[in-house]
Amino acid sequence: MTFALLATLAKMGVWLAVLLQVTPIMVWVERRGSALIQDRLGPNRVGPLGLFQSLADAAKFFFKEDVIPHEVDRFLYLLAPLLAVVPALTTFVVIPFGPEIEVAGRSVPLLVADVDSGVLLLLALASLGVYSLVMAGYSSNNKYSLLGSVRASAQMISYELALTLSVVSVLVPVGSLRLDRVVEYQQQAEWLGFLPGFNIFPQILGFLVFLIAAFAETNRLPFDLPEAESELVAGYHTEYSSMKFALFFMGEYMSMATLSALGATLYLGGWYLPGLDYSGHWAWTAGLGLGVLLAKVALFLLFFVWVRWTFPRFRFDQLLRLGWKVLLPLALVNFVLVAAMTVAGWL
Amino acid sequence: MELAVFSVFALLAVVSAAVVVLHRNPVYSVMSLVVTLISLAALFVMLGAPLIAALLVLVYTGAILVLFLFVIMLLNVGREEPATGGAAQKWVAVASALMFGTILGTLLWGRHFGLASGPLDAEYARPLPLARVLLSEYLLPFEMVGLLLLAAVIAATVLARRSEPGGEPDGGGTAEGGR
Amino acid sequence: MSVPVAGYFVLAAALFAIGTLGALTRRNGITIFLSIELMLSSVNLALIAYSRVLAEAGYALEAALRGQVIVFFVIAIAAAEAAVGLALFIAIYRNRQTIDVNRLNLMRW
Repeated sequence: MTFALLATLAKMGVWLAVLLQVTPIMVWVERRGSALIQDRLGPNRVGPLGLFQSLADAAKFFFKEDVIPHEVDRFLYLLAPLLAVVPALTTFVVIPFGPEIEVAGRSVPLLVADVDSGVLLLLALASLGVYSLVMAGYSSNNKYSLLGSVRASAQMISYELALTLSVVSVLVPVGSLRLDRVVEYQQQAEWLGFLPGFNIFPQILGFLVFLIAAFAETNRLPFDLPEAESELVAGYHTEYSSMKFALFFMGEYMSMATLSALGATLYLGGWYLPGLDYSGHWAWTAGLGLGVLLAKVALFLLFFVWVRWTFPRFRFDQLLRLGWKVLLPLALVNFVLVAAMTVAGWL
Repeated sequence: MELAVFSVFALLAVVSAAVVVLHRNPVYSVMSLVVTLISLAALFVMLGAPLIAALLVLVYTGAILVLFLFVIMLLNVGREEPATGGAAQKWVAVASALMFGTILGTLLWGRHFGLASGPLDAEYARPLPLARVLLSEYLLPFEMVGLLLLAAVIAATVLARRSEPGGEPDGGGTAEGGR
Repeated sequence: MSVPVAGYFVLAAALFAIGTLGALTRRNGITIFLSIELMLSSVNLALIAYSRVLAEAGYALEAALRGQVIVFFVIAIAAAEAAVGLALFIAIYRNRQTIDVNRLNLMRW
C-alpha cells in the first residue's frame, strides 16, 4: 500500500514539475514567436535571448498592487482564479507518460490515475473549467466582464461537444476508455507500410476537428473574442490584477498544455515513437517516454502560437455557427466513418 | 479509512445542500449544487460506479448547471425576498421535509443490508458491463432517451425564442436568447 | 473500517428532505427547480447504493447493474427536463417580468 502511495506521489510530482514550467516557457515562446512572425525583435534584454523575461514577469506579478474593486461579490471574485487553475492541474492524471515499468520488483503503470474510465474522467474535469469564466464575469460588477464571460462560456460548452465526439471516435477501434490502451493500440498498427501507426493517419478529419475544438476550448485566437483587447477591454478578467490575473493566465496555458497532451496521446502516439528502445532501466524508460510526450506537446504548443499570430479572430456569431453547424456534423461524420471502418476490420 | 472519506464527502454534500436551499442569492445556490454533485460523484466512485460518477460531473455539473447559470444571468435574478407565507409555511415545510426524510430513512434502513465492503469487485466497476447492458437489454429506452433529448432541444428552442411580428426568426438556440 | 450501506441511504434520505424543504419554502422559481434537482440526485445516490447491494448479494452482473442503468437514464431525463423548464422560465419572464412564484398566480381561484 505504501509503495503504491509513494509511486503515485512521485508521478504527481513529475507532472506538477512539468506543468508549472509550462507557463514561463510559453510566455517566452509566445513573445519571441510573435516577434518573429511580426518581423520584430521581441524581448531580448533580460538575460541571453530574453530568456529571463518570464522571471521578470513573475516578479512583476508578485509586486503589483492587488486591487479588489468596490462592489464585487467578494467570495466568487476570489474563487474564480482558483477554479481556473484547478481543472487544468487535475486533468493530467490520466495521461500516460511511458510504458509500465518495473521498480523494485513491482510493476508501476506510468499513469497517476490508473482507472478504467480514463478519458471520461479527463473530460469531466475539463468541463468544470467553465465555472471560472462564469464566476469571474458575474462577480466583477462590470458589463464588459459579464459579456466576455457569457461569450466565453457559451463558446466553451459549444465546442466541448465536438471535442468529446472526436475523442470518442479515437476510442472506437481501441475498445477502451483508457489512454494507455490507446497508446498500445497505436504501437501495433502501421499505415501504408511505412507510416507509424498513429491515429492521425486514418482519422485526419477527427484530428482537424479536435484541433479546432482545442483552440476554441482554450480561448486562443482565432477564437479569443471573449478576451480580445480591442473588443471587450480584457473580457472576463478585466477586473483582475496581479496574482489573480496571473492565475488565469497560468490556467489558460496549462489547459493548452493539457489539450495538447491529450491530442498527442490520442492522435500522435503519446509517449511512443517507433524505433526507440524503451527497455532498460526504469528511469531511462520513464524519462524517454516523458521526453517524447513533451516533444509532441511542444509541437502542438508551437502550432498554437503560430496560429495565434497568423489569423484574425472570429466574430462571435461566426464562432458559434462554426461550432454547431460545421464542427459538430463533421465530428459526427468522422464518428460514423470510424465506426464503419472498425466494423469492416480496417482499423 | 473508508469511513473517514465517506464522512467527509457526506458532510460536504449535506452542508452544500443546505446552502443550496437556504442562500438568498441563486448564483450561490447553483455553485453549492455543484459542490453537492461533486461530493455525490465521489460517493458514487466509492460505491463502485466510476462511469456514472464521471457522467454526473460531465453532464450534470458541466452542462445542466451551466445552463442554470446562464438563465439566472439572463433573467437578472437578484437576491430573493423572504417568503410571505409566514411562520406557518416554514413549519409546514419543515414538517413535510422531516416526514419524507424519516419515511425514506426508515424504509431503507430497516432492511439491514449489511456492509458495503471496501475493495471493489473488479468486474463490477468497469465500463464494459454497464455499456453492454445498456446497449443490449436497454437499447429501446436508450434510443428513446435520444429522441426525448431531441424533443427537449426543439421545445426549448421554440419556447425561448422571441416571437417577432416581422416573421423572421432570430439567431435562436444560443443560451443568450439569440441576441 | 467499512461503511454500512445504510449510511448511504440515510444520506440520500437527508438530501431528499433538504430538497423538499427548499422546494416548499423558496419564492424564486429557479431555486425551486434547483431543489428538485437536488431531490433527483439524492434518489440517484440511493439507486447506486442499491445496485451495489444487489451485486454483493450475488445477483448476476446484468441484474445488479440495473441501478446504474436507471441512474444513467435519470441523468439524461434531468437534462431534458432542465432545458425545457428553463426555457419555460424564460418565456414566463418575458410575459410577466417575474419568476417569483407568489406573483405567478393567474390560475389561482
